Amino acid sequence: MNPRLDYGRLFLNAYVYAVLAFVLVPIAIILPMAFSEPSYLTFPPQGFTLDWFSTYFGDSRWMAATWLSLRVATLTAILTAVIGTMATYAMVRGRRGFGSVFQVLLMGPIVIPHIAIAVSLYMFLSAMGLLGTMFGYVLAHTVLAMPFVVFTVAAALSRVDADLEAAAMSCGASRFTAFHQVTLPLILPNVASGGLFAFIISFDEPVVSFFLAGIRDKTLPRMMFDDIEQNLTPVIPAVAVILTLASVAIIFGTALLRHRAQRMQAIGREA
Amino acid sequence: MSIFAATPPATASGALARLMRSDGRRISSLGSLLLMAPFFLLMGFVFVWPIVNLLAISVLEPQPTFDNYGRVLSNPVYALVLMRTLWIAVLVTGLTLLFSYPVAYAMTRAKGPTLVLITACVLLPFWSSVLVRTAAWAVLLQRNGLVNQGLQWFGLTSEPVRLLYTQGAVVVAMTHVLMPFMILPIYGALRNISPDYMRAAAVLGASRSRAFREVMLPLSLPGVLSGSILVFLTALGFFVTPALLGSPQEMMIATLVSQQIRETLDWPFAAALVGVLTLFVSLIAVIFSKAVRFDRLMGGRE
Repeated sequence: MNPRLDYGRLFLNAYVYAVLAFVLVPIAIILPMAFSEPSYLTFPPQGFTLDWFSTYFGDSRWMAATWLSLRVATLTAILTAVIGTMATYAMVRGRRGFGSVFQVLLMGPIVIPHIAIAVSLYMFLSAMGLLGTMFGYVLAHTVLAMPFVVFTVAAALSRVDADLEAAAMSCGASRFTAFHQVTLPLILPNVASGGLFAFIISFDEPVVSFFLAGIRDKTLPRMMFDDIEQNLTPVIPAVAVILTLASVAIIFGTALLRHRAQRMQAIGREA
Repeated sequence: MSIFAATPPATASGALARLMRSDGRRISSLGSLLLMAPFFLLMGFVFVWPIVNLLAISVLEPQPTFDNYGRVLSNPVYALVLMRTLWIAVLVTGLTLLFSYPVAYAMTRAKGPTLVLITACVLLPFWSSVLVRTAAWAVLLQRNGLVNQGLQWFGLTSEPVRLLYTQGAVVVAMTHVLMPFMILPIYGALRNISPDYMRAAAVLGASRSRAFREVMLPLSLPGVLSGSILVFLTALGFFVTPALLGSPQEMMIATLVSQQIRETLDWPFAAALVGVLTLFVSLIAVIFSKAVRFDRLMGGRE
C-alpha cells in the first residue's frame, strides 16, 4: 500500500470528525446552559442552579402548552397507527385498485412544504372555526405523520407470510380473527414504533402549530418559538434538556421494539 | 364481521358476492374499500381539499384572474424573495451534500464502537427538536456568543460582528438541521453496495481511489439524488430557521407568506405565494418521482 493513500485516509477521518463536531457542538453547548445562573444565555455557563427547571415546571403557560402537546401527540399517535395500519393492511393484502392514488397521497405530506399545508389548513380551519382547537391540531398532525406510520407498517407486513392467515382461515377462523390472532401480534411492534414516530412528529411540530395556534391554546413548540423570538432565557435550554432525555428514552424504546419485531417476524417466517 | 368472511353469504347477489369474495391471501374488494375509507377521508378532507381550496382562493379572489400570480412574479421585491429562496436552497443542498457524503461513507466502513458513535452523532440531532437546534445557533451566533468570542480570540476581528439575523446564519443553521436527511439516504445506498464489487475492482487492478470513483460513487448516486431532492424541497419551504435567525429585510418565501397572513392579512396574495411554491415543488417531485424512493428516507434496507 502506498503512503499517499494513507494521507487520504487520515484526511477523510479528520474531515468526518470535523463534520460530526459541527453536528454535535451546538447541541452540546445549549444543554449545559440550562444550569447557568444569569438570566441571559452565555457560554461557558456561570454558577449552577436548577431554577430554570422550576421556572418551567412552575409557569402555568409552559405547563399548559406541554400538556396540550402531550395530549395532541398521544391522540395523533393512536389515530395515525389505527388508520394507517387499516389502510396499509388493505393495500398489501387487498386487491390493488387505488395503489397509485394511495402512493401519491402518501408522498404529498413529505413533498409539499409544511408551510403550504399549514397555510391551507389555516384558511380551511378558520372558515370552520376550528383554529386553536385540539381537534384541529390532531387532524393536521395525523396527516403529517401518516406516511411514516404506513412505511413502517408496510415493511413489517411485507415480511409476514400471507399463507399464515390463509392457514388460520382454512382452519375456520374469520378474516378478522385471522388478522387479530395471527398477523397483528407479528406486526404490533412496528405498529407501535410507527405510533411512537407519529408521537414525536406531532410533539415536535413547529410550523403547522404556528399557524393553527389561537391566542391561548399554544403547543409546546409554539411556546418555544415565541420565547426564542422574544427573550431567549435559560428556560429554553431547560426544556431542551428535558426533551433530549425524553427522546433518548424513546430511541431506546423504539430500538427495543424493532429488535423484538425482527425476532418475532423471523419466528413467523419459520413457522 | 361478515365482510371479512372467507365465503360469501348465500343470500348476496352475484355482483355483491364477487365484491365480497376473498380467498385466504387476498381481502375482498369491499373489505379493502372499508379498511381504506378512513385513510382516504382523512387525506381528502384535511390534506387535498384545503390545498385545492387555497389554489382556488389564489385565482378567484378578489376577482377571478391570475393577478395575484402576476404580482408575485413581476414585483421586483417579491421576485427577489423567490430568487433568494432558490439560491439559499441550492446552497444548503450543496453544503449538506459536501458534509454528508464522507460521513455516510465512514458509517459504512466503521465497525463496533466507532459505528455506534457516528450513528449516535447523526441520529441525536435527528431526534432533537428543530427549535432546540435553532435556539442553539441563536446562542452561538449572538453578539457575545461563542463564535464571536472565537473570532476575537484569533484576532480576526476587534469587535463583535453581526452574525445573527443574517443570511449566513440561516444557511449554516439550515445545513445543520437538514443534514440527517442527506446522510440517511446516502448511507442506505452505500450500504446496499456489495463489498464484492470493490474487491473485484481491486483484483482487476484498480487503485482504491479509482475503484471508488468508477464503482462506488456511480452506484451511490441514487442515494445522493434522493437526499439532494429531499433537502432541496424541504429547504425551499423552510420556515422556522429563517423566521428566527434571518433578517426581516432578507425574507425567504415561507417568512414572506407568514408576514402576508399575519401582518398584511392579504390572504389571496399569500395563497398565490404558496401556490407558486407548491406547484414548483410538485413539478420537481413529479420529474424525479421515478428516481427518488421516498419510502427509503429513513435509510431503509430492501
